[in-house]
Amino acid sequence: MNHLSVSHLLGIKNLSKDDINLIFTIADSFKEVLRRPIKKVPSLRDVTIANLFFEASTRTRFSFELAQKRLSADVINFSSSSSSLSKGETLIDTANNILAMKVDMIVLRHACPGAAEFLSKHVNSVIINAGDGSHEHPTQALLDAYSIREKLGSVKNKKVLIIGDIKHSRVALSNIFCLQKLGAKVRVCGPSTLIPKFLHTLGVDISFNVEESIKWCDVANILRIQLERQKVNLFPSNREYAMLFGVNEHMINNLNKDILLMHPGPVNRGVEVTTGVIDSNNAIVLDQVENGVAIRMAILYLLSSKIKNK
Amino acid sequence: MSENKKVILDSKKLKLTINRLAFEVIENHISNISTSVVIGIQPRGVALASEIHKILEKNSNQNVKYGCLDITFFRDDFRRRSDVLIPKSTNLDFSLEGLNVILVDDVLFTGRSVRSALDALVSFGRPSSVELLVLINRRFSRELPIQPKYIGQSIDVIDDEYVVVNLDSLNNNVTLLDKKT
Repeated sequence: MNHLSVSHLLGIKNLSKDDINLIFTIADSFKEVLRRPIKKVPSLRDVTIANLFFEASTRTRFSFELAQKRLSADVINFSSSSSSLSKGETLIDTANNILAMKVDMIVLRHACPGAAEFLSKHVNSVIINAGDGSHEHPTQALLDAYSIREKLGSVKNKKVLIIGDIKHSRVALSNIFCLQKLGAKVRVCGPSTLIPKFLHTLGVDISFNVEESIKWCDVANILRIQLERQKVNLFPSNREYAMLFGVNEHMINNLNKDILLMHPGPVNRGVEVTTGVIDSNNAIVLDQVENGVAIRMAILYLLSSKIKNK
Repeated sequence: MSENKKVILDSKKLKLTINRLAFEVIENHISNISTSVVIGIQPRGVALASEIHKILEKNSNQNVKYGCLDITFFRDDFRRRSDVLIPKSTNLDFSLEGLNVILVDDVLFTGRSVRSALDALVSFGRPSSVELLVLINRRFSRELPIQPKYIGQSIDVIDDEYVVVNLDSLNNNVTLLDKKT
């Protein structure tokens, strides 16, 4: 297969295993491009992309923008703080006004789950979901799985633990879909108040014991506590969370094996993970960031072939 | 599908032609062979580049740099085809700054692949020179002003014909088919 089965990247749920493997194959080539003295290719030189970020983002926005510029696309950036949204404009109107300026692709981050899918049904453009509320963050899941594949050779049959705020995490849901499609065994671990009730229907293990789960896994993906999404207090304090669910040196040093430690960032040092652990040789946080650009280049490259000639 | 096959170079002639091409390169670069690099264009220039490289090293008694270059991201027909172009690997883990590049492909047809390769090359530094080596030069079919320096054989081919270069241990030859397979 040499094309994606989808016309938009709305979530990992819509992708097939072949789609994911195709993205990884193309990303391998872009990773090599990113090591060249001149890290730029002309593939998307006739494509214009709008980055619509209705929610704060640093690394995802930078990563997308860098990927777009490495592919020679023309890029326009939009952030909600400096937009007409505050004047009452709807999402569709904003997107259509931008598309009237002949934009081919939209990268959307929005606080509402389903925003990317909604937009894909109402505007004539290729849509890439860069995070929709607590629903999906497909590019993060792809770069996480790609990083596991790069370090361990394969994702199949690997035991992957996702620790932390599962309830508010779009990274967790996309990771579960992606890892399961690639044949990994997935376990989530965190306080019961941060594990959503529906999760058992996805076929993942659920645990409330971090130390035991760390012993079980080959890879631990440690998530950030998303205090900004919590409308009520779901655990007593950061200090108590760190005591009961934080990953520390003691847990890692007691293992008789090496495990990969991942974090999608930004890291709250001393809360979900200690500085000693996240700065250790087993942590691949910066590899994840590097791979993020290659993965996003691969997605943009593959989806650019779906742009309808206007 | 029935096809008419015409052998342009059989195994013996192919070997002689590749040897002659390599010796022409040595003749031109005897004083600077150590700063020369043989680069095969993916996918079909790589096997020929490897053969040329082996002969250069053996007969110059010097190490000659070697690499392969994928041109997919530099092609001018992306998004003009229904399928997505899937890249092959690029293996150039050194800078081309100041080197003499001998760019190798099996067949020179429209010249568009070589144009893409020239663009791709400069991502790795500014070579002091680039020379093009091809096994088969299809005359009268160029769409861009590209001219090889080293030519195995020039042939006149009509549009429906297709040149196939086989460079494997079982089937070493160059054939002309009347239909693209």
